[in-house]
Formats: sequence, structure tokens, C-alpha cells
Amino acid sequence: MSVFIAFNTIVRKEIYRFIRIWPQTLLPPAITTALYFLIFGKLIGDRIGTIHGTSYMDYIVPGIILMSVITHSYANVVSSFYSTKFQHNIEELLVAPVPNWVILAGYISGGILRGVLVGVVVAVISLFFTPLNVQNPAMAMAVVLLTSTLFSLAGFINAILAESFDDISIIPNFVLTPLSYLGGVFYSVDMLPLIWQHISLGNPILYMVSAFRFSVIGVSDVDISLAFLMTGGFILLLTFFALWLLQRGTGIKT
Amino acid sequence: MNALSIHNLRKTYSNGFEALKGIDLEVKQGDFFALLGANGAGKSTAIGIISSLVNATSGTVKIFGYDVKTQRNLAKSCLGLVPQEINFNQFDTAKNIVLNQAGYYGIPRKLALQRTETCLKQVDLWDKRDTMSRRLSGGMKRRVMIARAMVHAPKLLILDEPTAGVDIEIRRSMWEMMKDVNAQGTTIILTTHYLEEAESLCRNIAIIDSGQIIEHSDMASLLTRLHVDYFILDLAQPVTILPTLNGYEIKQISEKILEVGVPKERGLNDLFAQLSTANIHVISMKNKSNRLEQLFINLIDNKNARES
Ligand SMILES: Nc1ncnc2c1ncn2[C@@H]1O[C@H](COP(=O)(O)OP(=O)(O)O)[C@@H](O)[C@H]1O
Ligand SMILES: [Mg+2]
Repeated sequence: MSVFIAFNTIVRKEIYRFIRIWPQTLLPPAITTALYFLIFGKLIGDRIGTIHGTSYMDYIVPGIILMSVITHSYANVVSSFYSTKFQHNIEELLVAPVPNWVILAGYISGGILRGVLVGVVVAVISLFFTPLNVQNPAMAMAVVLLTSTLFSLAGFINAILAESFDDISIIPNFVLTPLSYLGGVFYSVDMLPLIWQHISLGNPILYMVSAFRFSVIGVSDVDISLAFLMTGGFILLLTFFALWLLQRGTGIKT
Repeated sequence: MNALSIHNLRKTYSNGFEALKGIDLEVKQGDFFALLGANGAGKSTAIGIISSLVNATSGTVKIFGYDVKTQRNLAKSCLGLVPQEINFNQFDTAKNIVLNQAGYYGIPRKLALQRTETCLKQVDLWDKRDTMSRRLSGGMKRRVMIARAMVHAPKLLILDEPTAGVDIEIRRSMWEMMKDVNAQGTTIILTTHYLEEAESLCRNIAIIDSGQIIEHSDMASLLTRLHVDYFILDLAQPVTILPTLNGYEIKQISEKILEVGVPKERGLNDLFAQLSTANIHVISMKNKSNRLEQLFINLIDNKNARES
């Protein structure tokens, strides 16, 4: 019971944070994705024609939605938890009888909520460009939840290990963004040379983007069950790693 | 019942620095206890371990009988901490800061709101509850941390240099507040390097120096161990030749100011008699330093002498 109150408090604080700074958290994805839809989807897409029988616009919408979910769930947790650590107000949680898994669950939930909210914002914007007929809503929701969970966890671990503000932008800039762009958001992997198709299969984001696209328009580059298996596996792995770091007090206790 | 018992506590930081060298400490329930020590003595390190912010290298800490390692949550529930440095989110309001802390302790929302109001009123900040905490003065920020530490009505309240850098007036009002809280049954441990503070507030005291407890006793018996009181004398006329006084130390501070050391057993009468004979007229007199300060210096000198 008291654990539930503590969890609620963390989540409430996280929501309050990203709502309060909405011009930094919710507005930019709206603008960026509107530009993507306009430039890639509309201006360039009209000349590209169709991929797997769908218009280029319809093909990229799911990828752009999921890319936003990834970026923002990661960004939410990494910046919130890092500044909590940096300002030492993590100590408020450490002195209180809050189990580590509740701290983790609280911050991850904050990341999921931000990811989902941004996903919704982007989806709404896409409606100005093309109707969105989601073929399998339950599956789409599952992919969004799993993906945002995974990247919230990754953001959390990044924040624990980071020792400076530079450290919290390295992963997003040098890993997350390239993997997202190379994860088939803007193209189908079978448009790539064979060797790059094989290399792409090592990119976890490709699986999630493909699964999400499949749930929305019924077209996929990869095996969907493999996508779920992989995401689930990574979530377990990162959860245990994060809990182990918290247990050791890495970066938060001396 | 001990509010706090510490046994053979050691802390070596990752850079190899030994901040605590096996300390023992006991604080009784209901006590107002001072942990005294110079900067860098190890006070905050000890408090960090007590409050689960710092990992101990070895030794045990129990809060109201609960071991902070093995019964962590029970131990934590008994403890409220006011840390040395500001550690709340400065972009949040005082009210949210205190309210969230109540949530972390598992207090249901409705009760948490009541407790937040009570505690913010107690530290005189209810009017400022909706101000972004960044805009509060230094003394107010410290009081926000006091309110936050009391929101779950802890049985033991630890304050790490709560009055450092706050002006006299606020310091005195904090003293009154701490006295009230203690009178209502909360055990208080205070660290400070203002010795005056310890002397006027605390019943029991420990002195820590370079990671070791060099004194652990009650304030009264500690003070009686002082043999010599030092006084500053203001004179009517300048003295040119310093008289020798039989049985007293004497030192000239300036033309019209003298410092004398008065052994307890000799008293003051003979001092004034001798001064009158020497034709020195004293206009006024005051205690030189706070006595505890003197004791503190003696203790550390003794320790250094033993070690060298
Ligand atoms: N994280 C740390 N790493 C290494 N040394 C530390 C660390 N924190 C404190 N110290 C050292 O430990 C000693 C005790 O510090 P502290 O407990 O803060 O003293 P106090 O609170 O009595 O002023 C100091 O010499 C300080 O420099
Ligand atoms: Mg200190």
C-alpha cells in the first residue's frame, strides 16, 4: 500500500515535470514530425510512388510515430533522472523507505507516458496528411508500450552511468538517432544492397518499427514474433541491469 | 531505548581516504545530541551512512533498534534528515517538495496534505508554499528542508549544520523550533561547528576529529572539566608596563585591553585586588571565547600531542 503511494508520487511528479515544460517536451516533436510529413511524405513522397503497395506517406507514418516514441521515452527518463541525480534530490527517495524497484517503475512509467503522449501527438498531426486506419490497434498499442518501456529503461541506465550533461547526449546522438534512421523508418530494408540488409537485421529498432508498421498498415520487413521476443528479452535484461546498478548505488551513493 | 547506536563504523571512500576510523556512538531516545567537529572531521559521512546515502565500509548502525542494512525500511521510517547542502528540486514549490516527500514515505494523499500544512506552518513558510523554491532566501530553503524532514513525524531528526550561514535572528528562531520539536518527544541530533549552538541546545555531546570520536559525554560534566576561564578586561587608562599577577595568566591585547586566565579554584576576588594594587582600573569584563570552544581546542591539542 505505502509502496503504491510512493510509486504514485513519483509518476505524478514525472507527469507534472513534462507537462510543465511542454514547450521543450511536447511541442518540438509536433513541429519536427509535421516537417517530416510535409517534406518526406508529401513533397518527396509524391515522386517516390509506392512501397509494398502503399503510398510513401502511409509507409513512413508508423515509423515516424514510433521513432518519436523511442526518442521521447528515452529523453524523458535520461534527463529527468540525471537532473534528479545532479541536483541531489535523488536523496529524497534514498532516505525514504522506497524499494529500488519502485523507483525504477516510477521513472519508467513516466517515460512510457511521455512516449505514448508524444506518439498520440504525432499520430494526430499525421491525420492532417493522410488518414490513419490502424489495422490491429491492440498490437499497435502493445508495440508502443513495449518500445517505450525498453527505451525508458535504456534512458534510466544512461542517467545512472552518466557523470556529466555530455554523457546524457552521447547515446541519443551517436546511437539512438543513427539506429532509428537506419531502422527502416524512411525505407524498406529490401531496398538496400544484400549486405546492408543483413547488417540491418542486427538493429533492434528495425524490428520494433517493422512490428509497429505491420500493426498499422499490415506490411513488415521482418518476422513479427521475433520482434516481440527480442523487445521482451531486452526489457528483461535491462530491468535486471538497472536494478543491479541501483542496488550497488552506482552513481548515486558514495 | 537508544534512538541511535553505532558500533565500530568505518568508511573508506573510493579514493582510499579513511573518513571514519571505527566510531561508536549512542544517543538515547528523547535526547538533544550534538555531534561536534571541525570541517572535514567526518560528521556528514557518519550522517550519510545513518541515512542510507553513503555505503559503510564496515560496522553497524541501528535506529531505534532497526539495523539500517538488514531492516532498512523500518530504520528509514524512524528517521528524518536535514542534509547539509540544499538537495531539493529548486524548480519546485515548497509545498510540492514537502508533499512529495510525504508520498515517498507512503503517507496517503489527504493526510499528506494536512501534514504538509502543519510542517510548513511550523517553519513559518506556509505563506511561501507556492513560491518556486529557487526564489526563497538561504534561511528559507533550509527551513523547507526541515519541514520536509518532519513531514512523516520521524522519531529521530538529524540536522547536518542546519544553521550554517544563516543570520543570527533566523538561527535563534531555528533553535526555538528545534527545542519545541525536542520537547514534543522527537530525538534530535545536530551537527555543528558553532560550539555556542551545542552548548545552548544540547544535553549530550560527542566530538569527532579526523574520523574518530575523541569525546562522548554529557554537556554539563564536559563543561566542569574546564579549569580556566578566560576574560577580556576593558581598562580606564592605558597600561604601559604589564604587571605580573600572582596565580593568573595575563596578556595584553591592546593599550586598554587585557586578557586574563582565571583558574576556577582561585576565583576573581584576588584578581581584582591585585589589579587595584597595580593601579589598574577595570571598566568592564566579558568572557573571552565560549568555554566549549576552549575545551575543543584543548581536546584536539591533547590528541595531537599524544600522537606526535
Ligand atoms: N565522496 C568523497 N570522496 C572522498 N573523500 C570524501 C568524500 N566525501 C567526503 N570526503 C572526505 O571525508 C572527510 C570527511 O568529510 P565530511 O564527512 O563531509 O566532513 P564534515 O561533515 O565533518 O565536514 C573530508 O576530508 C572529506 O574531504
Ligand atoms: Mg559536513
